[in-house]
Parts: sequence; structure tokens; C-alpha cells
Amino acid sequence: MSQQVIELTGLSKRYGNFTAVDNLHLEIRKGEIFGLLGPNGAGKSTTILMILGLTEPSEGSVSVCGINSTTHPVEVKRKVGYLPEDVGFYEDMTGMENLVYTASLNGIPRPEACEKAALLLNRVGLGGEMKKRTGKYSKGMRQRLGLADVLIKDPEIIILDEPTSGIDPAGVQDFIHLILHLSHENGLTVLFSSHHLNQVQQVCDRVGLFDKGRLLTVIDINELHKKPGELEEMYNRYLGGNKHE
Amino acid sequence: MNSISGSFGVIVRKEFSDYMRSWKAIILIVIIVLTCMGSLYTALGNIGEAVKQGGTDDSFLFLKLFTVSDGALPSFAVFIGFLGPLLGIALGFDAINTEQNKGTLSRLLSQPIYRDYIINAKCVSALFVIGTMLFSLGFLMMGFGLIFIGIPPTAEEFSRIVIFLLLSMVYIALWLNLALFFSVRSKQPATSALSGIAVWLFFSVFYNIILNVVGRALSPSSMAMPDQIVHYQRFMMNLLRFSPGELFQEVTMTMLMPSVRSLGPLTFEQVDGAIPSPLPLGQSLLVVWPQLTGLIAITLIFFMLAYVSFMRKEVRSR
Repeated sequence: MSQQVIELTGLSKRYGNFTAVDNLHLEIRKGEIFGLLGPNGAGKSTTILMILGLTEPSEGSVSVCGINSTTHPVEVKRKVGYLPEDVGFYEDMTGMENLVYTASLNGIPRPEACEKAALLLNRVGLGGEMKKRTGKYSKGMRQRLGLADVLIKDPEIIILDEPTSGIDPAGVQDFIHLILHLSHENGLTVLFSSHHLNQVQQVCDRVGLFDKGRLLTVIDINELHKKPGELEEMYNRYLGGNKHE
Repeated sequence: MNSISGSFGVIVRKEFSDYMRSWKAIILIVIIVLTCMGSLYTALGNIGEAVKQGGTDDSFLFLKLFTVSDGALPSFAVFIGFLGPLLGIALGFDAINTEQNKGTLSRLLSQPIYRDYIINAKCVSALFVIGTMLFSLGFLMMGFGLIFIGIPPTAEEFSRIVIFLLLSMVYIALWLNLALFFSVRSKQPATSALSGIAVWLFFSVFYNIILNVVGRALSPSSMAMPDQIVHYQRFMMNLLRFSPGELFQEVTMTMLMPSVRSLGPLTFEQVDGAIPSPLPLGQSLLVVWPQLTGLIAITLIFFMLAYVSFMRKEVRSR
């Protein structure tokens, strides 16, 4: 349980004079669900991009399963599945075809890819919609398909960047249960980025509080005694005037 | 590593099939096919007249299929020079920004592939489309020509036509790469399409107008020495050659009309004593070598701009 799978050391990202991420030190353990919590513009998405090797850090280093993300992004992306905030699919292709395309990009042979895709679509509750074009999918269905898309390459880590934004409340609960179920079933390490306190508290084992590009503190959710509102209190205390609504 | 290079093939296949199914490409290809068939019709109708007029190109009857026109409908070569850029722009203007706007780019980039695979695959698949269309049309023209004229092309004619088709590919690729560059730089496909069309319009219409004005302003007086006039002509021609369309036109003309022996101003001393015979293929290639390398260089520069911009682009979800 204590093995580190993601290690961020002195990580910074600057765009001109603006510092998006400032000297970030963080370790994420194997098998845990870690939340990145903070307001919009706190640096959560930039941190995720650096973990994936999609943007180069200005300073510091990122190691994923012992591999440097900046120098070996392709190897890192083999191990990490990423679901962006507003995932996009090729709308003229069916859900099944989109998954098979992702699988083929990961070097999975077509027959195996079709089998895996069908299995995953059933697991995320889209078994009946697999032959429907994704252009006709609702937002919630697209996010579910995104989760299946992330899992098709059998990743060790999954990164979910604001995965519930734009989904109705009932859909959010379904989606959260799905994440919990899949992560426990597959023993995945999950990095869950959100600005919704209740979702983070419901899903995560530990939470990193972010603001203005800095990691303010790391909170162990189990130590909060599961009291409703306690995380919000801590959030407001750390973020000062930046109160959460 | 094999699976990574396999991923490149996967993207190329998908892009190629997307292009072939997209309405914009289908419409343009249909327009180009129809107009080229029209050119073939007029060429076949006027080829007899062209032969009767006599000239050094009579031994290259087959090439006339690509250059002869009745004045009402342009020749095949002129059509490619006019509609080719539009095809290139149509294939490239929304290649990257649409992926970004639909949120598929970040999903694609999070797969274990090198980032440049995406832009390379977009370019390669579009080149496949262009190549397939051009060679199909070219061979169709040759096939119909063979049926109607009844004389097969010589090896040199065939080589000249194949070189012309390859050069047309380079010329269309030039506009494709420019459109790819705009599609990386502009967030909205409409903006990148307009930018590409604006550049094309500038070089095909406004550039000549500007050069006319410049030419009038710099024109030597009627008392000028021959050296000054030649220098002025060379200067104006060099200015004209900044336009990719002009380079393509000069290359096409030289490759499809072997009687073209020079592309610059000629003095009486240079022409005096010259035998009015067509140039062999190697000599024609030598005549257009600067234009040829210029076209290829511009194409590569545009691709490099698109490539560097894409590699430096920060990709976030929509």
C-alpha cells in the first residue's frame, strides 16, 4: 500500500510571468484514490498535463511508476488512462468503434479489442448503446464511455479531470459509484480532480488542497471522521476568502 | 516500438477514410473530376487544330491532351493549377482545430503515441487522397486519349505526365500544409479556412495587380539600354516567382511543352542559331530545377511551420 506510483518533485510550470504550478511536492500511493481539490485555475489540470507528459514542467520532475514523464511520455501513457473534463469522441463512429480505435492505438489486436470493448461497455452500463453513434450520446453517456475508453488499455493509474462536470445529480452519483466499483475491482490508482468537496470526500482516500498553483495541504479523509462539512471547513480555512459555495 | 509505428498506420487509415467520406472532399473531387473531363472533351475536340498549326511539339501529341484548350474551357493543367489549392485548403483547414474543439485531440494525445504522429498522419493521409485523385484523373485522361487518338504515349511522354502529376501533388501539398498551419494556429475552422483562401486569393489575384503597379513604377524609359530592360524583366520575373502559382505554371508549362527552352528573357544573341527542336526530358528538368526546388522548399517550410506550431501547442480538453 505504501509504494509510490506518482512522485512530483519541485514541480513548477510558468507561462511568462504567470505561475500555474508552484514548487509542487507530492507522492501518490499505489491503489489509493487521491483527490486534487481546488477552485478553477488552481493548477490541477496543468499538474495532470505534466504527469501525462503533455506539457513540459518549467522546473522539477514527474515520475510515474518510476518513469520520467517528461523524457518518456509514451511509456507513461501506456500505464496511465486519462479522462479529460469534457471528453470528445468521433461522433460519426459508434461507441464500440471509438473504443476499438483507442484499443488499436494501444496495439491491441482487433478481435481482442472488440471483445474487451463489448465487455467494458456492458460494465459502464452502455451495453445497449454500443452500436449507437456517439453524436447521439448524452453528456452522462459520453463520460461513461470515456471511463470505458480509459480502461480499455488496462492502465495501472487513471486520471479523471473534473469527470462529473455537466452531468445531472443522479448521473453524478451513478458515475461516482462506478468509479469506486471499478477502482476497487481492478486495484487501480485513481487521481480524481474536482472542485466539488462532497464528491471528493465521497470518493477519495486522501485529498490535496490546491490554490493559486500551490499545494496547501494533504488531508487524509479517514481522519476527518466522515463528518459532513468538515472538509468544507478545512477548505475554507486554507483558502481564506476563496469560500466554497 | 512496433506497436507505436503500427499506431501511425492506424491513424493514417482512419484519417484517410474520414477524408474520403467527408462531404467537403467529395464535393471538391467531383468538381475537379467534372472540370477535367470537360478539359479532356475540349482537348480531344481541338487537338486536330493544334496539330495543323504545326510546331516543334508535334511529336508530343499525347501531351497536348493536358495543355490544349479551345479558349472557353481551360486545359487540364490550368484546372489543376486553379482548383488544386482549393482541394489542399479543404483537406487541411480543419484538421487540428476540429479535433481540439470536439475534445478528441486530448484523448488522442493521452494514448501511447508520439505527438507528431497526429500531424504527420493528417498530412500523409491527405497526400494519399490527393495522390489517388490526381493519378486516377491523369491515367483516366491518358486512357481516354489512347482510345480517341489511337496513338499510345511514348516513354518520354508518359514520364513527363507522371512528373507533372507528382509536381501537382507537391503544389497541392503546399496549400495543404499552409491550411494545416492555419488549423493549428486558429481555434475556429472558419478562421483557418478564410486565412487559407485569403492567401490563395492574394497570390492568384492581388499579387499580379500589385506587381503591375510596381512594374509600371519601375519601368525603364523608352531610351533605356537593352541591359537595363533585360535587368528590369528579370527583376519583375523574380518578383512574380514569389507566387507559388507562378512557379507551378512555369514547371507545368516546361514539362508538358517540350518546345519551351527557357523561362527568362532571351536576347537575340542567345536565340540566334538555336535549332527550334523540343528539349529532352533531362534538359526540361534542368530548365525548371530552380522552380522545382523552390516549390518543394515552400511546401516543406509550410509543413515545418505547421509541425513546430503543433508540437509547441498546449493541448487541453475543449
